[in-house]
Amino acid sequence: MTGPSRPRPTAARRRAGLALTATGALLALPLLSACTDNTAPAGGDDGDPRAVTVQATDQGCSVSSASAPSGNLTFSVTNAGTKVTEFYLLASDGLRILGEVENIGPGLSRDLVLSAPPGSYFTACKPGMVGEGIRSAFAVSDSGDSAAPSGTDAQLVATANKNYAAYVKDQTEQLVAKTDAFATAYAAGDDAKARDLYPRARVHWERIETVAESFGDLDPKMDLREADLEAGQKWTGWHRIEKDLWPARAKGYTPLTTAQRKTYAADLVQNTATLQGKVKTSTFTVDQIANGSRGLLDEVATGKVTGEEEYWSRTDLWDFQANVDGARVGFEGLRPVVQQKDPALDTEIDERFTALQELLDQHRRGAGFVSYDDLSTGEVKQLSDAVNALAEPLSRLTAAVV
Amino acid sequence: MTDPSTPDVPGTAQPATRRRARDRGVSRRGVLAGAGAGAVGVGAGLAGGLGLGTRESSAAQPAPEAQSHPFYGQHQAGIVTPAQDRLHFAAFDMVSEDRADLVSLLQDWTVAAARMTQGRDAGPFGATSGPYDAPPDDTGEALGLPPSRLTITVGLGPSLFTVGGHDRYGLAGRQPVALRRLPHFPGDNLEAERSDGDLCIQACSDDPQVAVHAVRNLARIAFGRAALRWSQLGFGRTSSTSTSQATARNLFGFKDGTMNLKAEEPSLLDQHVWVPPGDARSSWLTGGSYLVARRINMTIETWDRQPLREQERVIGRSKAEGAPLSGGAEFTQPDFALTGRADQPLIAPEAHVRMVHPDNNNGVQMLRRGYNFVDGSNGLGRMDAGLFFIAYVKDPRTHYIPVQNKIARGDGLSEYLQHTGSALFAVPPGAPEGGYLGQSLFAS
Repeated sequence: MTGPSRPRPTAARRRAGLALTATGALLALPLLSACTDNTAPAGGDDGDPRAVTVQATDQGCSVSSASAPSGNLTFSVTNAGTKVTEFYLLASDGLRILGEVENIGPGLSRDLVLSAPPGSYFTACKPGMVGEGIRSAFAVSDSGDSAAPSGTDAQLVATANKNYAAYVKDQTEQLVAKTDAFATAYAAGDDAKARDLYPRARVHWERIETVAESFGDLDPKMDLREADLEAGQKWTGWHRIEKDLWPARAKGYTPLTTAQRKTYAADLVQNTATLQGKVKTSTFTVDQIANGSRGLLDEVATGKVTGEEEYWSRTDLWDFQANVDGARVGFEGLRPVVQQKDPALDTEIDERFTALQELLDQHRRGAGFVSYDDLSTGEVKQLSDAVNALAEPLSRLTAAVV
Repeated sequence: MTDPSTPDVPGTAQPATRRRARDRGVSRRGVLAGAGAGAVGVGAGLAGGLGLGTRESSAAQPAPEAQSHPFYGQHQAGIVTPAQDRLHFAAFDMVSEDRADLVSLLQDWTVAAARMTQGRDAGPFGATSGPYDAPPDDTGEALGLPPSRLTITVGLGPSLFTVGGHDRYGLAGRQPVALRRLPHFPGDNLEAERSDGDLCIQACSDDPQVAVHAVRNLARIAFGRAALRWSQLGFGRTSSTSTSQATARNLFGFKDGTMNLKAEEPSLLDQHVWVPPGDARSSWLTGGSYLVARRINMTIETWDRQPLREQERVIGRSKAEGAPLSGGAEFTQPDFALTGRADQPLIAPEAHVRMVHPDNNNGVQMLRRGYNFVDGSNGLGRMDAGLFFIAYVKDPRTHYIPVQNKIARGDGLSEYLQHTGSALFAVPPGAPEGGYLGQSLFAS
């Protein structure tokens, strides 16, 4: 085995990043930052008035308190019944949902963390996940604690979702065009042109990598690396061709024949067309977009900054930039929502994106980037630190926007 | 930052199942023990530091793994605290040049460290609570584990103040004269990736997983402000820092640190460990100390081939008891003048015990707190093993540098040693409740 090896997330695991459904928590995770929890609870040990416990059964929904001061509330819901249950905090009209936790299996506990302004509400447990639920009145008094605005501006969310779908579609179209050109050059034996086009085409794949990976059967056909193969598995796609174009690191490599080249090139073009067909009908939700942004940074951290993705061509920094591009587009689209709900997080992520980009820009050469081999160990460490710096607040984005 | 659960009264148990929405970092044991009554008394505090000498007899002490040391106090814990069995040491570099980031990092570390040393989760929600769409604010591998006498000690390196004359955070005027990169010593073979650092964390615990959990969570909190530079695990203590502890052995098989400074010797600690009130540059460090870290590889395979005679000659003590070769028992003072046949001294001129004895070093002593390490093996089939040496001193210029120069030149033991890592840190005094580690450095 001459190829790189690293633990690669399985397709199933990576898909999970996009498959998550939105839950209704309305509030950003409080920062780890100090001193947010130094207001001692009024009632002693268990007396935090913003901590409410809910005992849900098949017939009952026992809420430890019927009121709380405004601010960040936590409902700790325990399902003591036999049916799968849900818990909601509803506005006074009994319709608008401020927050929900769903799919709580028997015996399990889950927290609903949200910020509620003063007003009248209803709590509701929904054993069996059907019907109106078992409701009780719940009051939030004015504590003077300025809570983040509750509820989501549906218009902002719809716009974000629509724009992201358009971005994915546009990137896919560019991917199709450039993959066609790349495959044509490669099949025709124009190696110089193919090498030039390889990173330029892959940029469009890497920008939407988490989406592409969500179609489980396509990713292994198109983006598998040699080290990821099972014994006996046929190797196709981008990296198979990459090795043929840059065989310098391979030992005793036998170049592909013209006929083989044509087969692999046609296969890549066809799979790309299939991807485009699937993307056309794809829609996205804010949690998918946010998880996708985080997922793209995870890709950078595990595969690109380590120089493992483009083992043969050493064009990892092109992919690095493309992953960051995609993550940033996802974030930028969500900013109107984040700015409403957690402006501090919005600022932090924005600053860290900028810092990472400034670092990446130092390694530009021509239309692209220097070879991964040109990076010193210190430069790789700098990039890795900047990725970690961004990925940490980005991991809190989903909870802030759902 | 009031933390009503901080136990600072010996033998005081805290309930294990307290649960507050904004403060879920309850005792990790409570999480697994469920909401049962009869909470486990995991929080029973030991008297920290200097109070140890007055501790009552062991009658009502909880099991050692259930004990915790107070975090807040005059001095940082983890110095005179009875040495725990395990170490995870980590050095960090700041990746932000913003002074506010440095301050907030020290604040956040202080809060999280105070929680974890009491056996609680790193963050207010804990490892299994909080918004379902957010990563938990604690990593979780210490769930169900008791405090295990965890201490977390934070230090500040010379490069935090100035790098190449550049004043990074407006602290150059407060860089103590003694806080300079250690000089090159004869025989040093230092690796940059095992040396230096802007900040350090020494996490000691009787449970290795608890120590690793502490460093991991503090590293996570630091992302974007500071990044891990190097880290070192130590699996067995080589020093005792209290008269209540037996002397441990290093990987040469000898008792190490017989003459170590002990918590029960407050006047000696004042004389050798704690930084006294000083000039404007170092006044913020009063009550703190300097931490010398040296990764010392031992060529143990070669050592193991030496006759017992040679091993004892090099050390200057008996392998069995640790008694000086001039006679007596472990704690008998060595007699360097005593001679045997042919008028040769019983303790050889190059014996380690002679080289490092205070009588031969202007009376200076160190508080050593080192740990044995084995970091796998090398390509030659030899263990990458040795001593991760940690010493706390009031001034490295008088209490470490001259001694190490002498050892490196003339100590028979040096033949079996190679120093591969080196760092010096200023360890600020302890924080009062509501304050943070290093706060005095930033006071105007």
